[in-house]
Amino acid sequence: MEFVPAGFVLLQQLEPRIMDWGWVRENFAEDVLPALVGHVYLSGVSLAIALAISLPTGVLVARYRKAYPPVVFLAGLLFTIPSLALFAILVTVPGIGIGPNAVIIALVAYSILVLVRNTVAGLDSVPPETIDAARGMGLTARQILFKVELPLALPVIVAGVRIATVTVIGIATIGAYIAGGGLGQLIFDGIDRLFPTMIITGAALATALAVAADVGLLLLERRLRPWARRAGGQG
Amino acid sequence: MTPEGIVRVFLRPQFPELLLTHVELSALAVGIAVLIALPVALAVRSSPLGTAVAINVGNVGRAVPSLALLALALPFLGFGFAPSLVALTALAIPPILINATTGLREVSDEVVDAARGMGLSESQILRDIQLPIAAPVIFAGVRTSAVQVVASATLATFIGGGGLGNLIVEGFQRGDEAILLAGALSVAALAVATEVLFGALERALTPKGLRLTRRKRTK
Repeated sequence: MEFVPAGFVLLQQLEPRIMDWGWVRENFAEDVLPALVGHVYLSGVSLAIALAISLPTGVLVARYRKAYPPVVFLAGLLFTIPSLALFAILVTVPGIGIGPNAVIIALVAYSILVLVRNTVAGLDSVPPETIDAARGMGLTARQILFKVELPLALPVIVAGVRIATVTVIGIATIGAYIAGGGLGQLIFDGIDRLFPTMIITGAALATALAVAADVGLLLLERRLRPWARRAGGQG
Repeated sequence: MTPEGIVRVFLRPQFPELLLTHVELSALAVGIAVLIALPVALAVRSSPLGTAVAINVGNVGRAVPSLALLALALPFLGFGFAPSLVALTALAIPPILINATTGLREVSDEVVDAARGMGLSESQILRDIQLPIAAPVIFAGVRTSAVQVVASATLATFIGGGGLGNLIVEGFQRGDEAILLAGALSVAALAVATEVLFGALERALTPKGLRLTRRKRTK
């Protein structure tokens, strides 16, 4: 029998077990890229739907203040429910079942709280004098909303979009458990097969995606701040 | 699936054990996270660079998906309670670190100057002025962290950490909606209870003199 130093055996056993780059290369087009694309798709669709619901809702409840506390209470309650629990509840609802739809519904539900809250906070931050001035210039209520209030509220709204995006990208990984696809699929497959390479690839890409979205939207948020625009010297 | 079926799951002898593991994992993770994050926040409080580093590390840490952290514990630490606890602690640190750092930073310089002028020592200023004023903000971080950890502890089941997530996985594997919903509803109830409990504690911890101005600010 050939003599092999113990340390070498250990290294040989451990190294491919922790990160097998060969697997990543061979399965990039087949497994890794589709998981990443699926993840971006799930998150993007959910955020788009959530914005389409939250922006009008935010504008409405900013006007009709009585509706604000119940809306925030309901959205806050939804936000508190752990994602795996919400997924489990949704898949038992007839007509939903397992798959991307249940994941998207949950992701939309989670985004509404922060998006509505920040839309209202953004509209609140517009100085009343500015609105008075706009009215004095003869702008209609609709013009004031679209040309004065919403543009001034935009940095705060984008701050909300940023929090929602990071949350959605994180929770979407768990959606793979109910067949939603995305990067969580790599993580769960890796756990099932006890194959660390898949776990690390999925986890690292999901983290990178969330951090990139966070930093990207933070930069956008800073650009949108009126004082930043003035300091930058561009209109 | 009937309501009785769900109740039957709650009456199982293993149910209290799962609940206890879930609470244990969460409480230990948040407790250890406080013991790590608070000293760090105190250490960096007088250094603008340290404060900026702590806040940025916290922000990046907060973006890491919870499933990613738990799953990453598996190849390096293995299956079970301890690896889950390590991952959940790492998850619990960022909100506490961010809030403790910003809370201490936002105690106004005039107040600290006035205290110094009255002859208070640095440790007295920290104990009697800075910490009480920052307490609500720090505690808000602990609350965010606790709610998040209770939710994420559900995922510990995937790396053998136990807890109420076991029921959800069992429900899925057997295709049994009663078990699935029993798991989901108990986890949801625990998360909401955590939120309510910590919300009440946060209000109780706010020094009387700060209550009015805080309400105005958070309108």
